[in-house]
This record gives sequence, structure tokens and C-alpha cells, in this order.
Amino acid sequence: MSHKIVSKKQLSKDVFTAEIEAPLVAQARKAGQFVIISINNEYAERIPLTIAGADPEKGTIRLIWQRIGKTTAELADLQQGDEITNVAGPLGKPTHLENFGTIVCVGGGIGNAPLLPIAKALKAQGNKIISILGARSKELLILEEEFAQISSELIITTDDGSYGRKALVTEPLKECCQRNPKPDQVFVIGPTIMMKFCCEVTKKFNIPTQVSLNTIMVDGTGMCGGCRIEFDGQPKFVCVDGPEFDGHKVNFDLMMKRLNAYKDQEQKAYKQYKEHKCKIGLDK
Amino acid sequence: MTDKESQELLQQLLEKQKTGKLTPADRYKIPPQGMPEQDPITRRSNVNEVATGYTETQARLEAMRCLQCKTAPCINGCPVQIRIRDFIAAIADGNYKKALDVIKENSLLPAVCGRVCPQEVQCQQTCTVGLKFKDPTKAVSIGRLERFVADFDRNAGSDSVPSVATETGMKVAVIGSGPGGIVTAADLRRAGHDVTIFEAFHKTGGVMVYGIPEFRLPKAIVQKEIDTLTKMGVKITCNFIVGRTKTLEQLFKEDGFDAVYIGVGAGLPRFMGIEGESLIGVYSANEYLTRANLMKAYDFSSGADTPIAISKKVAVIGGGNVAMDSARTALRLGAEKVYLVYRRTEKEMPARIEEVHHAQEEGIEFHILQSPKRIIGDQNSHVIAIECLKYQLGKLDESGRRRPIPIEGSEFRIDVDTCIIAIGNIANPLIRQTTPGLKFNKWGNIVVDEETMATSVPSVFAGGDIVSGAATVIMAMGQGRIAAAAMNDFLAKK
Repeated sequence: MSHKIVSKKQLSKDVFTAEIEAPLVAQARKAGQFVIISINNEYAERIPLTIAGADPEKGTIRLIWQRIGKTTAELADLQQGDEITNVAGPLGKPTHLENFGTIVCVGGGIGNAPLLPIAKALKAQGNKIISILGARSKELLILEEEFAQISSELIITTDDGSYGRKALVTEPLKECCQRNPKPDQVFVIGPTIMMKFCCEVTKKFNIPTQVSLNTIMVDGTGMCGGCRIEFDGQPKFVCVDGPEFDGHKVNFDLMMKRLNAYKDQEQKAYKQYKEHKCKIGLDK
Repeated sequence: MTDKESQELLQQLLEKQKTGKLTPADRYKIPPQGMPEQDPITRRSNVNEVATGYTETQARLEAMRCLQCKTAPCINGCPVQIRIRDFIAAIADGNYKKALDVIKENSLLPAVCGRVCPQEVQCQQTCTVGLKFKDPTKAVSIGRLERFVADFDRNAGSDSVPSVATETGMKVAVIGSGPGGIVTAADLRRAGHDVTIFEAFHKTGGVMVYGIPEFRLPKAIVQKEIDTLTKMGVKITCNFIVGRTKTLEQLFKEDGFDAVYIGVGAGLPRFMGIEGESLIGVYSANEYLTRANLMKAYDFSSGADTPIAISKKVAVIGGGNVAMDSARTALRLGAEKVYLVYRRTEKEMPARIEEVHHAQEEGIEFHILQSPKRIIGDQNSHVIAIECLKYQLGKLDESGRRRPIPIEGSEFRIDVDTCIIAIGNIANPLIRQTTPGLKFNKWGNIVVDEETMATSVPSVFAGGDIVSGAATVIMAMGQGRIAAAAMNDFLAKK
């Protein structure tokens, strides 16, 4: 069964969103889960993408991705009406939902995409949501409006000060932690380095912090172990034990290195793809 | 022997047989027929099948080696009780169609089993000829003969599809399209049930496509078996993860299935729990083989998008078939040196003897009585070496093998850039997490009634690695057949 792209939009320079037909996943998915997709059946790689939203009645899921390599670029080049061969999921454990009280949701860059459904679900549980969204610059900020709708407070930071506060997300996060009463729970999703530093902040205040990890995966069902991280000194599989973990126990340094395991090969493949695409352009 | 000599010998033997003068002594004198193979130097750099298969003359000569024992001890050595003596007699007569029919009474996948079954500890272990020579490798090569029959049929373009009984209207779900799932689905469909296979991957075949490499089991063979299922009317749904896409309960309540067979395989790779296992360049065998086989990483940058480590020196830890497959795959991906590190000796290795020989012929360096204590990385967390301890063998342990004991202070270092851990699997927790009421043992394997493979939940049956821990293709098939028979009974009464 192929999966048709029902609609597609560019959110920022390298960030795209698409609604994709996947009725079973749309029915089953819960906040915090992801899918593994591959564009075709023969040579395409399998990549995990968080489900940013779903419409069970329409039978569609919403994916948001950043163009960083060959597969994400290929995906970005597909248009409305095109099809993706494989969408498997939903995978991973859903977010543990509970009325914790006040929750700070910290999103960075593309991390806002997986954070949104979690924040929505937490809001639906009766939690008060404070959102901190960070981006390198104004153009790279995504989903601001959606977060505004569910947050009792929305703090925007940019690295270059082109919008909101000129700061890293850790600054307002620290301020939130210093409030009285302090937040009951923190959720952080974004670049690994950002999650690491956010966890360092919240650890000092002893505030439970959940992170959602996006490691390299192949099957996504526990079979290969490629996604393993070091958690509290023990190996854990992001695909079946996660993707959400207690951020205070994750070895982020090792995770960052593992994410770069195929950097050279990935860059080579991406370069080849871009060059190939240029040649296609010349034919026209 | 040259081809001509072989043909002459066969003619002489056939003459003798016709006149009733062929004695066991004559049969013992027939030289065991070696398997034609790609030359080790050539095959290290291609992914084509290593063993190319018997010629007709070889097959008939090998079949003539069979004494046709009245007791046929080989049959009891076979997990699915194939009537081995009879199919071999049919080969000797040149009646390959009959031979195939005899095999297919009990095994649906002879082309697979002939290639991957550990015959030396099954049918060939109990073979009288092997016992006479006190060497199971000199037993009648039952596996090669099984493969010959299946290949002969396939090469002849035969396209027979098993007949299917009148539709019963009963819906059955088979979870997993590995060897167990395939035979279960076929047996259930033959009884006229409406069968759907659910597969988590984007391709069918389970371990036969992600794990066992092309050079040992060509994908086309597995695909042919899947095609037969589709022709029989079995439905296949890929990218469907039972427990996540739908739970078992939903399959019954929402989709109206009347029974379910769980054959999801083992699932989670086992690691050693030593320092350095998360370094870059450390793989589970599952990951390494999946990247290389299913995802075709050997074609990276000339088509395939899935990368794999570019390795010069590789250490594979383990002594089973999966370890041999990983080591030989690493060679084919261009590694200059591949070490197989195993803590017991060659004698205790669980791998098929043939795979051990193939690996050695191809230049895999065996490091026996050694095991890593830690994996060492550089400042970028890339593997640069493993630190090993030497071992000696002590008394027998519960597995019936001599226990490996580390020798204190024997640490030494092997420089490698890739390390593949092939020490088995533990049970996947997915079904367990999502199926309340289903009973599991302390290792996380599903508890079943061995007579019927029925689980603790009514209408749910299970088999293969998720039940027995890591085993073999033929074990999974055997359990699948038991389950299918019990399910057919159960559905007939429903």
C-alpha cells in the first residue's frame, strides 16, 4: 500500500510539513509516537519521523521534517499527489499523560514539531503549559501560532535576536525554574546539545525532565539495536524503551557522537543527490 | 572424479541395482559427493551464492550412498519428520518430482531448509552411513539432496500451487512472515481459511531476508515461497506492527479474526554488558546484517541509501551461524581482516560445520578461547580495539558444553575499527507490553502448550523464536506446522 501526500507546505528554509495518507497510523497514534518511512521499496533508507499530528477521520498523519540529507531532501522534493511507499507505525511508547500541574515545554528548531502533539495532549489533561520555543533566527521558527493557542505563556528566543529574546532557551528555562512555585515537570525536545544543557539546568532544581530522542534507527521495532543510548549507565533502545526518557539519566555526549556515525557517507550521498538533481534540471 | 567417471560409476551402480546385486558394501564405496562451490578467493568479493548445487549425476550418486535402512533413523533426526529415505530413493531412481512430493508432505520450504538446516546435528547425525564412518560429515548429504530436488523443480519452471479447500469463512491472522509464519499461513490457507500475514518490515521473509545473507540463501528463493502464498490467496500486509498499529485485541474485536498465530521472531539483540558497547563501529549482528542484506548497504552510493561502516579490521564476537554470516558479510563489504572471536573452541561452536569451513576458507581468522573484556574507542568514540581475555574450558555446564573460564591477567589487545556482537537475541517486549493476559516465562518468551502451540489466551497460538528463544529456521517451521494443525482443529470446531 502506498501513502499519498495529501498536502505539503514549506515552513521555513529547510523545514517542510506534509499530510500523508496512513489511516491505520492515524487511528492508532498517540502523542509522543513516531513512524518509520521509506520512499521506495528497493534502495531507500528507513528513517524515523515523529508524528506531529493526525486526523483519524481523514485518515492522514502530519509529518514535519528538516532537509538535512539525501532522504529528507528527496522527501522535500515530492509534491502533493506523490506517494511514499512505506509508512510503518506508530512506533515507540506514547507519552505518559497525567495532570502534573505546571509544565514547561521547551522546543528547539525542528524539535517544536514532535513537541506540539505532546504539549496538546498534556494541556488536554488539565496541565498549565508554559512554552519556550527557540530558533537560530526568526525565519527558522516554526509552529509559533499552534503553541500560542495552548500555552498560558509563550516565550520565544532566537540566537541572533531577530525575534523574541536574544538568548538560548536555557535562560528563560532557568528563570521558570526559579519561580515559586517551581514547575512540576519539564519536557524538552530539540537538538541533542540543547536537551543536554536544558537537563543540566533542571537537574539543579530537581525538576523531573522528559526528553524525546531521535537517534539513528533501522527497523524501529527493537530488532537491530542501532538506536541504543546509554541511560543510567545501561543500554536502552530508543525505539522500544523510548523515545521519551528521563533526561537526567541520558548520556547526551555519547548520543551526539553516535548521531554522527555516518556523517561522511551521509554528506556524500546528499552531495550526489544534489548534483544529480542539477543534471536533471539541465535536461529541461 | 571427472564428470565422465561419475556418469560411468552411476551407470554401473544402476545396472547392479536393476539386477538386485547392489550391496551395502558397494554403497559404502561410493565417494561422498562434494558440493560444487565458488572459489573462496572469488566469492569473498561477491554476494552470490557460495554453494552452487549438485549436478544430476552427483545427486543420484549421493542418493545411491543411502542404505535405505528399514528403520530410517534419519527421519527421527528431522524436526518435521520428512520421509527422508523415500525421497532419497526417488532421487536415485531419477524421479525428482516424486522426491519433491515426498518432501512437501512435511516441509513446505525444501529450497530453504536444504540450504540452512544444521543437518549434521539433525538427520545426518543419525544416518547409518555417517555412523559407519564415525563422521557425520560422511553421512549421506541429505540437505544437499533436499536442495537439489527443490532447485531442480524451480529451474524447470514448475509453478505448482497447493490446492486450497473450500472457503470456511474463518479469518486467521499470522503475525510475522518468517519461516514459521510462512508454513503456518500455507497450512491454514490449504484448509480454506481466510489468512492474512502481518509483517512489521517493508518486505516479507523475516530472518530469511534481513538476517541470512544472499550468499547463503538467495532472496529470490524466499520470494518464490511468498509468491506461492499469494497465489494461494494469502493476504499480506507489510509495515504493520502488531501491538502498535493494532493490538491483538483489536484484531479480534475490530477486524473479526477468529484466531491468531504469533511468529514474530526473537527481536532484541543481546549485548555483552561490557565497557564500550555503545561506541561508533559496534554493531549487533542484527543491525549489521539488516543494513547489509535487507537494506542493500553493499550498494551504498551506487543506489542504496543505507550506509554501513567502511571497515578495515573487523572483530565478530560469537560462534553461531549469525556470527559466521556477519564475518563473511564484512569480508564481502571490503574488510581486509576479519577476526572471529569465540570463548570456547571450534568444537563447541553452534554454527553449521559447513559455514565454519566456508568462513575459514574465505580467510576469516578464528580466535578461539578468547572473549572481549572491553571495547576501546578514540577521542571521537570510534572503535579502535578490543581488549580480550584468554579462556580455558572447565567442566560441562547446563548446555552440555564445557564452560569457558577466563584466565586472569591474560588481557591482550586486537586492533579493529568495527566490532559485531553476535551472541544471540532476547525476547522482543512489544507483544508483551501490549497484550494483557498473555503468559510469558521469565525470559520474556511466550508460554505455550507444546502439543498444540496454544498460548494462555484462547484462539492465540505462537511458535518460533518468540517461544523457544533463538533456534533455527526448521524449528520455527516445525512449530508452525504443529500450531497450524491445532488451529485447523480448533477452527473446525468453532
